[in-house]
Amino acid sequence: MTLRAPSAGAGAGRNWALLALLALASLAMAAPLLWTLLLSLKSNGDLLRSTRSAFSPPYTLQNYSDILGHSAVFGWLLNSTIVSLAVTLGVLALSSLAGYGFARLRFPGRAVLFIVLLFGLAIPEQSVIIARHQMFSALNLHNTYRGLILPGLAAPFGVFLMTQYFRATPRELEEAATLDGASRFKIFWRILLPLSLPAQATLGIFTFLSTWNDYWWPLISATDSDMYTLTVGVASSQMNFAQTNGLGYLMAQAVFASAPILIVYVIFQRYIVAGVSRAAT
Amino acid sequence: MDSCEQTAAPSTRRTWAASKSEARSGLLFVAPYLIVFAVLLIYPLFSGIWLSLHKADLFGGSQFIGAQNYARLFRDPVFLTAVSNTLYFVLLTVPPLTLIGLGLALALNNRSRWSALLRGLFFSSSVLSVTIVTLIWRMVLIPDGGLIANLLTSIGRSPVAFLSDAHLALPAIAFTTIWWCIGLPMMLFLAALQQVPRDLYEAARLDNAGRWRMLASITLPSIRHTALVVVVIELILQFQLFGQAQIMTLGGPNNASLPMVLFIYQVGFQRWDIGYAAAASEILFGMILIAAMTQYFAARGRESR
Repeated sequence: MTLRAPSAGAGAGRNWALLALLALASLAMAAPLLWTLLLSLKSNGDLLRSTRSAFSPPYTLQNYSDILGHSAVFGWLLNSTIVSLAVTLGVLALSSLAGYGFARLRFPGRAVLFIVLLFGLAIPEQSVIIARHQMFSALNLHNTYRGLILPGLAAPFGVFLMTQYFRATPRELEEAATLDGASRFKIFWRILLPLSLPAQATLGIFTFLSTWNDYWWPLISATDSDMYTLTVGVASSQMNFAQTNGLGYLMAQAVFASAPILIVYVIFQRYIVAGVSRAAT
Repeated sequence: MDSCEQTAAPSTRRTWAASKSEARSGLLFVAPYLIVFAVLLIYPLFSGIWLSLHKADLFGGSQFIGAQNYARLFRDPVFLTAVSNTLYFVLLTVPPLTLIGLGLALALNNRSRWSALLRGLFFSSSVLSVTIVTLIWRMVLIPDGGLIANLLTSIGRSPVAFLSDAHLALPAIAFTTIWWCIGLPMMLFLAALQQVPRDLYEAARLDNAGRWRMLASITLPSIRHTALVVVVIELILQFQLFGQAQIMTLGGPNNASLPMVLFIYQVGFQRWDIGYAAAASEILFGMILIAAMTQYFAARGRESR
């Protein structure tokens, strides 16, 4: 198997300088990942003597069995799963309903509201996070699942995406159903929702990924270690870097904590690529 | 629903009733989201601006002081350092992310299995969370047994303490960030390259155009719009640098790697000077808007000329 030359010159000869550059970039990309994997497979004692020992056997799975034996990681994993799934389902439900409303039904103020939503796309998190934190303090929502889930439901991106999708869907099917006297909700539920599955998948996977990886909000809202999500938990365990549990253990935790999201990525890769393509064009 | 109204056209009263019921169900469909949007995004946005005009603390004490927080920010050397660090960081990350992303997309835009594998590799880091990325990179960068330190000692050089050197801390964080974020620009450019009509290349080949010529006069002009999207997205993202600095250096040494968002976090959530932090966050918001819009309109202007 050989790499072909860049597309602009398809058919032209290989350019060794460019290939070398690509190889170098790939190495820079892969090396930190391999380094982490190797470190996670070494005993803490070996690493304490020298991390160079990571390049040669003996390797062990001891760090991983330590994680499985007793670790807060499972609690964090559970919290991340609950929060990410809840936000994803919530965003899908709210965005589909609102997307259908904006795309298909005429009501007073529709155009203005949609422009306000577009404006909402431009609001970065840090310009609302302080006031939001105050508000959640007043409502006693910190260190609860609701506190972690609710802010994720507010981003207008999903509504925007679903509105665009429904607008591009042909009306014929709905018209037939309308003549048969079906209610609007029934038309939405039976006809448009099933048609929108590809868009739901893309929106769902992006929402899941970004919620799973969110750091700032859980950092300030979930201050109780029982409520840590995986990102905050992993951050807290590296604050006392390599001192308490040992380097190998810490790196095994990194591998273990990235496994779920990498699995999700591999399974849903298709939808991620589709989503990015839609954003680009 | 257009057809519904057409069939009901003979009776104006029925049309009116139909559109009224349509309006009612329209509002019902959008209401759940709009409530969440108003309560969790619009209200905090305005209440944040309102807060920034107050001296407010953790204990709920609050006093209207007008623009004093803003005046204080512009005299605060730590804040000014954070602003210049943020701009420097954006400069260190956005151009490389755009150019490397474009380079990778050009190199990997083909059907070979190696390319598919490398596309997967270059995007894989993007799905990791910031805390895992920083964990990995601290073990690459630390002078005591890190990957780079091991490489340096094996060629007889002494290790470098990247993260505790005032000149190297921010560039090291920038390098980590490029490693983390390179997947998105690459994918956006790849998607754009797929849209370039194949027959343009065929025609150019018949004219014996070389590959650099094709790159310059076909490929690059066709993906200009995507380049703009990439730059604007990355500007917005990199202005918001937070986790990497918070975990890798805590903004140090001596604030050399303190970005604006970390300043806001420290002032707001560690010193609980909430009004002051809110004012800083409004300035960051303004800077992001200006940067993104300048970029957008500059590119639009160039295109229309």
